[in-house]
Amino acid sequence: MVITSAVTDPEEQTQSLHSTFASRYVRDPIPRFKMPEKCIPKDAAYQIINDELMLDGTPRLNLASFVTTWMEPECDKLIMASLNKNYVDMDEYPVTTELQNRCVNMIAHLYHAPIGDDEAAVGVGTVGSSEAIMLAGLAFKRKWQAKRKAEGKPYDKPNIVTGANVQVCWEKFARYFEVELKEVKLTEGYYVMDPVKAVEMVDENTICVAAILGSTLTGEFEDVKLLNELLTKKNKETGWNTPIHVDAASGGFIAPFLYPCLEWDFRLPLVKSINVSGHKYGLVYPGVGWVVWRSKDDLPEELVFHINYLGSDQPTFTLNFSKGSSQIIAQYYQFIRLGTEGYKNIMENCRENARILREGIERTGRFNIISKDVGVPLVAFSLKDSSQHTVFEVSDHLRKFGWIVPAYTMPPDAQHIAVLRVVIREDFSRGLAERLVSDIVKVVDLLDTLPSPLSTKKAHVVAVANNETSEKAKKSALETQKEIALYWKRLVDGKRVGAC
Amino acid sequence: MVLSETATGTDVSVHSTFASRYVRASLPRFRMPENSIPKEAAYQIINDELMLDGNPRLNLASFVTTWMEPECDKLIMAAINKNYVDMDEYPVTTELQNRCVNMIAHLFNAPLEDGEPAVGVGTVGSSEAIMLAGLAFKRKWQNRRKEQGLPFDKPNIVTGANVQVCWEKFARYFEVELKEVKLRDDYYVMDPELAVEMVDENTICVAAILGSTLNGEFEDVKRLNDLLEQKNKETGWETPIHVDAASGGFIAPFLYPDLVWDFRLPLVKSINVSGHKYGLVYAGIGWSIWRSKEDLPEELIFHINYLGADQPTFTLNFSKGSSQVIAQYYQLIRLGYEGYKNVMENCRDNMLVLKEGLEKTDRFKIVSKDNGVPLVAFTLKDSSHFNEFQVSDFLRRFGWIVPAYTMPPDAQHVTVLRVVIREDFSRTLAERLVLDVQKVLHELELLPARVVSNTTVTPNGEVVDNNVKVKKSELETQREITMVWKKFVMERRKMNEKMNGVC
Repeated sequence: MVITSAVTDPEEQTQSLHSTFASRYVRDPIPRFKMPEKCIPKDAAYQIINDELMLDGTPRLNLASFVTTWMEPECDKLIMASLNKNYVDMDEYPVTTELQNRCVNMIAHLYHAPIGDDEAAVGVGTVGSSEAIMLAGLAFKRKWQAKRKAEGKPYDKPNIVTGANVQVCWEKFARYFEVELKEVKLTEGYYVMDPVKAVEMVDENTICVAAILGSTLTGEFEDVKLLNELLTKKNKETGWNTPIHVDAASGGFIAPFLYPCLEWDFRLPLVKSINVSGHKYGLVYPGVGWVVWRSKDDLPEELVFHINYLGSDQPTFTLNFSKGSSQIIAQYYQFIRLGTEGYKNIMENCRENARILREGIERTGRFNIISKDVGVPLVAFSLKDSSQHTVFEVSDHLRKFGWIVPAYTMPPDAQHIAVLRVVIREDFSRGLAERLVSDIVKVVDLLDTLPSPLSTKKAHVVAVANNETSEKAKKSALETQKEIALYWKRLVDGKRVGAC
Repeated sequence: MVLSETATGTDVSVHSTFASRYVRASLPRFRMPENSIPKEAAYQIINDELMLDGNPRLNLASFVTTWMEPECDKLIMAAINKNYVDMDEYPVTTELQNRCVNMIAHLFNAPLEDGEPAVGVGTVGSSEAIMLAGLAFKRKWQNRRKEQGLPFDKPNIVTGANVQVCWEKFARYFEVELKEVKLRDDYYVMDPELAVEMVDENTICVAAILGSTLNGEFEDVKRLNDLLEQKNKETGWETPIHVDAASGGFIAPFLYPDLVWDFRLPLVKSINVSGHKYGLVYAGIGWSIWRSKEDLPEELIFHINYLGADQPTFTLNFSKGSSQVIAQYYQLIRLGYEGYKNVMENCRDNMLVLKEGLEKTDRFKIVSKDNGVPLVAFTLKDSSHFNEFQVSDFLRRFGWIVPAYTMPPDAQHVTVLRVVIREDFSRTLAERLVLDVQKVLHELELLPARVVSNTTVTPNGEVVDNNVKVKKSELETQREITMVWKKFVMERRKMNEKMNGVC
């Protein structure tokens, strides 16, 4: 607590009387580069920051993100109460630590881990799937190195086989931990990893094959069962024992509830670890992920640290150390509040709303639907005819209505395909779906009236410029004038719809 | 939002929370329950279990902030659903991070022009910050060795044995050898001379700690810089320095502005600091600052097109909450230089009050220095009758969490108790703690020397059992029984006091 000093200066005295917006603090330039010399009152500090943040996007209208943007108020209360608990102090906060263990157990059982009813599962809570994947990858790398050392073979060139549709954290893992990334290229119409090609790429240096349940780009589930069968066959021939990791960041909390018969988890013998994002369809605010291993043998003991940090033995296998406890508690809240029944209801709602949105978009007759019905509830669509206008323009225009709908190109070898993608989260109701459809119709109609722009904004998955040029439309004086008139007309019509 | 169904039969939603059947059902531990339960029940169940956690503000073991102003809590709750990594969707939040980086870089005297943006990043804590800094050093060293045509497969890092565990993690996960300078009696930090001796051609950097976890001491970074410069001139290896200022980074600039430890020393190439320690923010934020662009290899930075726009990213974590970044900015502009200085001075004054109180008992030797992180580390002058672990246990009954631990090699025979003075540890609490320590000493003295079984866990995970058996007469046994009952009654009394007290 800052010890306040008595205000003797008369000018300062009047300052503290002013209402927030009457004080001088809202006139002073905001500090950007250096810490300011003096304190300011807490109300002023709060107001200044709050006001600037008004210009951020509205999280719930951010249709680009899978990450949860709404939780029940009761959960918010629990979150606030545990903000000041440092999760890593296991000795001081034993209940919080136990809640994490319970979550790990529940998730492991959800994925049919081969453990007894009362046996503790092997897993850990992380800050997100990125950390979870790095830990899983580390475990694979270390196991493979140990195996190669025992065989007396070289172990300096590990590699990992995935599809080109992987999320960037796999590339980070590969680059930071010095593992080669062997990517199975995509093809038009097939936007996930082909199990046949993947197994072909496996060699003696492969530490694991990573399959994705819920591709970022189209929401599709990869065929883990087929991968397992083909890899089992190859392992029999080669004796390499290459394992599988399933990146179920999005799909891990969808498949068990919507598609319980889909075999993708520990029911397949080669799957040794799975990661899932608690903050995606685990329905928790950003900042929690989970990784579970099949059994103790799949997590090399040498990676686990036993430390005497603040006076007691604490086993730890994470990249982060101190962090907040709120999200772990929130995850446990969701598990016991919703149960499997509740999660199933929510996922069914999401799937239904995705269907409504998809049908609405199909009805416009201007879009191709790229996403599948089975998978993460999202709708990815591309323009049937992108000669005049591109999806990037559609995205820009939708932004004016308040919607954030991203547009992006596919990774190689399908870079010529550009899509828009809407993710259906728990809090995207049917009302919003229908409103989005009507706004998309408005945007499409608007684009029909606009001439084709001279250049288009591009963003690419690989940092390589795509040379797509659009034709320069020759404009007569009359056409230019029409354009100007249209611009003014639109301003008058007040196209600024306040969805925020 | 979960679609609610109409409740048929006995309307359980009518029952008050503690009347409902939910508080009778056993809590799910291994499998997800089948059915949903009302949100009030879920809240109550979890809230009640969490009552049995320690009280964060009485956790004197931790450096991490446990109190912030209510205005900041408002900002935190408002930003809890913002995924920090969506830079395109939340440009203001991203800019707030950049401003924090700039401010901290200037605080550490980074050699920047006016208006030039600093090179740095917000992380989830110092662990991530250290791993990123270490990665940068490793990659730079590898590139240099490749150019020179020399082998680059055995990198190592030189630190003191007093390093926090995240350095050991970095070493083990990223396959870098850790060369530790051993401690000795009465010298519990890294000796710069010994450190520089250990530097060889494979050393990617030397890591100095500003604010050792064990006793809060600042290492002599200036001396390290001078000695290392000399060695670099002789060898041409250009070994750089990293300063782990996790605790000290927000103390030294305010309490000891003349102490030269940061970018003013030419060999210091990167610094990490924990926003959630003396940066005065809740757990979950750290900062890593580099001297200049050259010190962060471009190949480590990813430019990705995640959700439609180019986002440069160099962190281990991807999605995470935005609240702590906003909270850090709030603290930086709310307190300013003056406010941080006031807070740190208060901490130091309260530390002195506690230290003097402990010295007056005449039973303790103070191991921490006055200059450093405001904490008091102390050992028993005479630990034959009872030891520091017992003092820690007994203090726990009063509600205080004061950890006891042994020093790393080569000083494992020394056990210390440590109290960290945070912003919210006021003078009254300091005086109360002294009183309680006196009570504990008194109680422990009354105990006859009995079977003392303590297991100490050293940092290497070894369990050392020190069993001291003493022959007991019948009278002594009777005294012991009386003592046990007395303790029971006193404990009961203390618990009742606690109910009305601090919790």
